[in-house]
Amino acid sequence: MTVTGNILFSGVGGQGILLASEITAYALLEAGYDAKKSEVHGMAQRGGSVTAQLRYGNKVYSPLIEPGKADLLVAFELMEAPRYLPYLHAGSRVIVNTQKILPPSVATGMTSYPEDLLAAVRACDIHVVEIDAFALAREAGEVKAANVVMVGALSHFLPVDAAACESIINTRVPERFREVNMKAFAAGRAAGA
Amino acid sequence: MKQGALWFSGNEAIALGAHEAGVKVASGYPGTPSTEVMENLSRYEGVYTEWAPNEKVGLEVAIGASFAGVRAFATMKHVGLNVAADPLFTAAYTGVRGGLVILVSDDPEMHSSQNEQDSRNYAFAAKLPMLDPSDPAEAKEFIKLAFRISEEFDTPVLVRTTTRIAHVKGVIERGEMESSSVELTMEKDPQKLVMLPGHARMRRVVLEERMAKLRAYAETTECNRIEEGDRSRGFITSSVSYLYVKEAFPEASVLKLGMCWPLPEEKIRAFADSVDELIVVEELDPFLENHIKAMGIACKGQECVPAIGELNTAIVRTAIDPDSAPELLPAPQLPMRPPNMCAGCPHRGIFYNLSKMKVFVSGDIGCYTLGALPPLAAMDSCVCMGAAVTVAHGMSKALGEEGNGKLVSVIGDSTFIHSGITGLINSVYNGSSSLLMILDNRITAMTGQQNNPASGYNIKGEAANSIDLEQLCRAVGVTDISVVNPHEIPEARKVMKEALERDGVSVIIARAPCVLLPEMKRQTVVPYVNKLENCTGCRACVGLGCPAISWQPLTSEEAVARGYREKQKGYALINEVQCNGCGQCLTLCKFDAIVRKGE
Repeated sequence: MTVTGNILFSGVGGQGILLASEITAYALLEAGYDAKKSEVHGMAQRGGSVTAQLRYGNKVYSPLIEPGKADLLVAFELMEAPRYLPYLHAGSRVIVNTQKILPPSVATGMTSYPEDLLAAVRACDIHVVEIDAFALAREAGEVKAANVVMVGALSHFLPVDAAACESIINTRVPERFREVNMKAFAAGRAAGA
Repeated sequence: MKQGALWFSGNEAIALGAHEAGVKVASGYPGTPSTEVMENLSRYEGVYTEWAPNEKVGLEVAIGASFAGVRAFATMKHVGLNVAADPLFTAAYTGVRGGLVILVSDDPEMHSSQNEQDSRNYAFAAKLPMLDPSDPAEAKEFIKLAFRISEEFDTPVLVRTTTRIAHVKGVIERGEMESSSVELTMEKDPQKLVMLPGHARMRRVVLEERMAKLRAYAETTECNRIEEGDRSRGFITSSVSYLYVKEAFPEASVLKLGMCWPLPEEKIRAFADSVDELIVVEELDPFLENHIKAMGIACKGQECVPAIGELNTAIVRTAIDPDSAPELLPAPQLPMRPPNMCAGCPHRGIFYNLSKMKVFVSGDIGCYTLGALPPLAAMDSCVCMGAAVTVAHGMSKALGEEGNGKLVSVIGDSTFIHSGITGLINSVYNGSSSLLMILDNRITAMTGQQNNPASGYNIKGEAANSIDLEQLCRAVGVTDISVVNPHEIPEARKVMKEALERDGVSVIIARAPCVLLPEMKRQTVVPYVNKLENCTGCRACVGLGCPAISWQPLTSEEAVARGYREKQKGYALINEVQCNGCGQCLTLCKFDAIVRKGE
């Protein structure tokens, strides 16, 4: 097998999934892996469900993860975890931000936000790591850093050490956001342990 | 990652390729998934870049630059190539001086498009060579190769990407800077450059001779390569489909076509003869398959590989070996999360008003197309760039008096300049009766905030002329023009209603900047908050569909406990973090239940 890992990032447009997947990709590339990442821009980004797909290994051909083959799902919003169950397999791991962002049909009262979402995921023999990334980011000083909190939690399950991720944040994130992102990463890493 | 290697998207790689190819003039119109090519190219030294008002203009600019002897580049999405098709077909006749390359990005699956068309058909129809890279690294090399082919064969060259090349990141490496041996010129050569019928007939012959040479080139070029493997199955494939084949059938023999037009018939025939079963794997149209079958070569294609949507490794594997279909975990039933206009989006106020009026709304392409989705659901047609204006005019002529006061077209500033203005000229000239609303948010928003001729800045963010839309409409003969603030919902509705009561063509410019503009993002947002004790649960603000406002249902006990009427079913809550402070909800609240924070 040339590909050793498939990481799916899911969430809501505007949550900073692209930056989180970039930090992860750079950490893997620095560790010597080949990688490809696929994203979708344009209309899909306007508050809808979005994903970024990151694949790494010795040699990566396809930029898309096959359904049933994602090893890790990093869900930036609660409902955006079970939505991607068909991409997972028994033994996959889900790192989920337990924050709820209401889709239009729920926000306007047409329907309600589903209950027991993670129980359905666990029932499929999938490991779930719950992170309150929004609260941790607020504690770190910037709610928008919830994406980097998620990278912190994810870092436990990457074949690179935390220092590698921190060094990427240090070199790739603009200086004025660096401190808060380092705090966010540390908070996520502690919570994901 | 190797020292000096880069982690680039296909679009970033293409921009670097164009830079390394020594492109001097580049023009394009934004369109997902092609937009970032021109954005990235504009950051390199030594190349002039611009946003053109539409793709036809962009390609013609590039043709002019090529005639003047420099390497020239035009970028667009697939539907943009329809707009640019007119110059494209005749540029095939004139040929080039400096290399001329046209990048076109297809969008299988329609992630951000109104149709799913296959631009390879243009290469066939216009008799032009087309390169079809598989990933970012190859896209960069193919752009450089395209410029060499263009100058060697005196032809424009098409390079095609899809979403899964344009918006895929991969590892690429910098290459050598190249330059053209063509010199700047204003030399007159009417038989080559003036396509009068007499000249065009001569160039028509040149075109066929050139295609014959290109067919010979296709046989030898390294970008069409055979990868020897298990001969029980041989795959012919190109673009990103090649990657899916390599992963689904790593042992198989593959003929990878980096150049998808013209096709190397002898190479294909030899490859077909060398394998037991020949399978063509391609996204969208059966382009390779049909041309290969026309050569009299038997192959399998879309009788098993889907013609609709994107492929991926699993789809390709299952199409060919149906028994390999994996058993997947079931997708739970969840509320959909479609895209939505941003909190504070000025378009929302206009669509709120339209949703309350008994009108047919002819829409157009942009963020505001989201006005078609619930809860606003206030767009009734959307065809292509500029069609808002013309569709309303056509309906007005069909309906006669029946349509008076009921036809509204809605178009953005950038789309209006792209191809709406010609429709408006027609509406005025031919006596339409409809209301045109220009949603002027000062930017080309959907594709990620590109400047346009109305925004006052050029591609590099330097000050540029800003079209005065009122004066423009006046100049084409519109006399009934108003400007409204879309955030002031009731006032805007009054102006809209009055305009609909008048006969003839009316224009309302709804002007407020996109909340994603950098200058808007820098502003300190003072959000609105609820005075919950005053909320009566009337749902007026909830009907906006703003992502920052949510309906909080209550039981009658809960309602009473909160001091509400027993019958009150819930209350509206503003999320301060998401609120962008536009105040649209405030203009709808009749119960003083919404206030600016701190007031």
